[in-house]
Amino acid sequence: MNDQTITPQNYLNHQTGLWSWLTSTDHKRIGLLYLYSFLVFFSTAAILGLLMKIEKIAPGQTIMTAQTYNALFTIHGIIMIFVIVIPGMAVVFGNFFLPIMIGAKDVAFPKLNLFSWYIYITGAFLGLYSQFAYGHSPDAGWTFYVPYSSSAESNMTIALTAAVVLGFSSILTGMNFIVTIHRMRAPGMTYFRMPLFVWSLYATAWIQLLATPIIGITLIMVIAERTFHIGFFDPALGGDPLLYQHLFWTYSHPAVYVMILPAMGVVTEIFPTFSQKPVFGYTAIAFSSLAIALVGYFVWGHHMFTSGMSYESRLAFSLLTFIVAIPSAIKVFNWLSTMYGGSIDLKTPLLYAVSFIFLFTIGGFTGLLQGALAANVQVHHTDFIVAHFHYIIFGGMGFGFFAGIHYWFPKIYGRMYNETWANIAWGFAFVGFNLLYFPMFIMGMQGMPRRYYDFDPKFATGHLISSIGAFILIAGLILIFSNLIYHSRRGAIASANPWHGVTLEWQIPSPPPHENFDEIPVITRGPYVFDNPYTK
Amino acid sequence: MSTNVHSEYIDRDTGKMGMWLFLFTELYLFGGLFIVYAVMRSKYSADFHLAALELNTMIGTINTVVLLVSSMTVAMSLTAIQRNQAGLAMGLVFVTLLLAGIFIVNKYFEWGHEISLQLYPGTEVMKTLPHGGIIFYSLYYMMTGLHVLHVIIGGVILTIVLFKLKSGTINREHFLLHENGALYWHLVDLIWIFLFPLLYLIS
Repeated sequence: MNDQTITPQNYLNHQTGLWSWLTSTDHKRIGLLYLYSFLVFFSTAAILGLLMKIEKIAPGQTIMTAQTYNALFTIHGIIMIFVIVIPGMAVVFGNFFLPIMIGAKDVAFPKLNLFSWYIYITGAFLGLYSQFAYGHSPDAGWTFYVPYSSSAESNMTIALTAAVVLGFSSILTGMNFIVTIHRMRAPGMTYFRMPLFVWSLYATAWIQLLATPIIGITLIMVIAERTFHIGFFDPALGGDPLLYQHLFWTYSHPAVYVMILPAMGVVTEIFPTFSQKPVFGYTAIAFSSLAIALVGYFVWGHHMFTSGMSYESRLAFSLLTFIVAIPSAIKVFNWLSTMYGGSIDLKTPLLYAVSFIFLFTIGGFTGLLQGALAANVQVHHTDFIVAHFHYIIFGGMGFGFFAGIHYWFPKIYGRMYNETWANIAWGFAFVGFNLLYFPMFIMGMQGMPRRYYDFDPKFATGHLISSIGAFILIAGLILIFSNLIYHSRRGAIASANPWHGVTLEWQIPSPPPHENFDEIPVITRGPYVFDNPYTK
Repeated sequence: MSTNVHSEYIDRDTGKMGMWLFLFTELYLFGGLFIVYAVMRSKYSADFHLAALELNTMIGTINTVVLLVSSMTVAMSLTAIQRNQAGLAMGLVFVTLLLAGIFIVNKYFEWGHEISLQLYPGTEVMKTLPHGGIIFYSLYYMMTGLHVLHVIIGGVILTIVLFKLKSGTINREHFLLHENGALYWHLVDLIWIFLFPLLYLIS
């Protein structure tokens, strides 16, 4: 360890010991608490995913029974969706960088911020506990569809409670971020001088705030239904299962934008930095985030085209689904235009950001295909859907996350990872990812249903390729994590601004000092002006 | 110690904004139940009508008056502390807590009566009801139960406010917690204003 050249006083050595981390109200430390929690839970759920792909490596039963497979895809979904991607980048990078980027010393309610993490970790462990507690693991899928979830004799109640608890954490974080953005900006930091990552967090926070309570009360009703056999939703008891689906998707479709918006925000920071060029169409990107948040509320019906819905509502939801693609397309256009004519420096973060565009575009286009009524009927409940949302969630949010962690790593730890190692890891992840999920598009088109542990032998080749891809992807993930973990302590010392970025976080030392700024900065210009002395 | 804020106290406007946003989420929480109520009412309107007749409108009315008055006293207590009359503010918060207690006691007798008639989910009597009746009583318990939970949380917050008034931590300059507690208490009142006609009066 070579600490001589690292900033003598920073948030990492301000106080030491485990207790100082568990009681810290410093937004940067809370961001890292989330990051480390993610590492544990993501690895767990990724291994469950790998086990599923091993099961599907050949037709027939390979390593597990159908019941085990049901449990695995349920808990994989619950952890990945509710524990990882919904809190996602907002709680890691949002916590760490939102206050710095707007020139504040912390979020508006630091104690509440720490409390949110404790709620989060409680919910996350409840989710894991439901899998390993006495009795059957939950087996109804992460969507908790009634009547599966209301009548299954498994630990559904614990899993449902976990989702409610995690939702509460999400609400508090969203509220904290909105107030922070409204009230804590530095002098001169007008709304249109905020970095675009902050805009995306702002849109995300509103969705978290306004959509999450609905899922909370809905899942509480399912718990009541399980306990007292009431019959809100269960058709066997006279309830209305479609009502459940409506309530579930009015939250869970906006939740998709909770996952993807911060990722879009991160790559929007990366493109100008590695092109050394102002972002193209600042206002359009800012407003497209808000537009996604707004229109995203009105498209939930496209999850239910085959569940029973009037022709007119199907038309309306189909149209709205096409409309919500427009702001995303605006962003893609602006990212490409930002790079156009810039002096491009293809470092690891940009590599991830570019592959984000590639994978997100595939995921987006296949999403439009499902917004079209006729095509939806063909691909609904097949592997096509699984491939589509993994391209959006893993290809989009996941690769966006890796882009962000490689971009901000030198700022967070004050040290640099090994770039060759990082690029090789990217290669493994990118190739493995596409091998894993692309065959699912084809098999889904041909009629391979999702959530089946066995399949017709005619799909054997596709599943084999997919399973091989899973191994390559896992190898890539191991390379990424080991590179970052190793170099967080032993990497070469990084300068304050290794990428010549111009947003505020690059103008303070790496790692940042305890309260970010010695003096609250006064902002006199927009966020992406590349002619300042720091870049020379 | 909080590190961000430039003084020891959270800025009043910041704290109030957070509270307002939180109250919005509370409305959405109940909103989910209102949606289910609306759907089920249109589906089983005759059953809902019959079931609602069983509820005791008198106790419901008394509780409405109790909550409305308590909302007034908590608002008066806030004005009192802003005018630096800590003693009066404490008295008014105490009256609010007393009214909250009356509300809960009334609720206890009301539920007790219904439970003695076996009108709660899972009993044999409930199984003889038409399906709309079962849904009505389940929604009744869920909505009023969630509301009583809010009454209790509001009561705890106001109790803390009372002690802080006594110790002087809440004073003429710094009354954010008092103000937020009062806002929360108004929400408790507001939700009841909707629950009362939906459950008791439309019959």
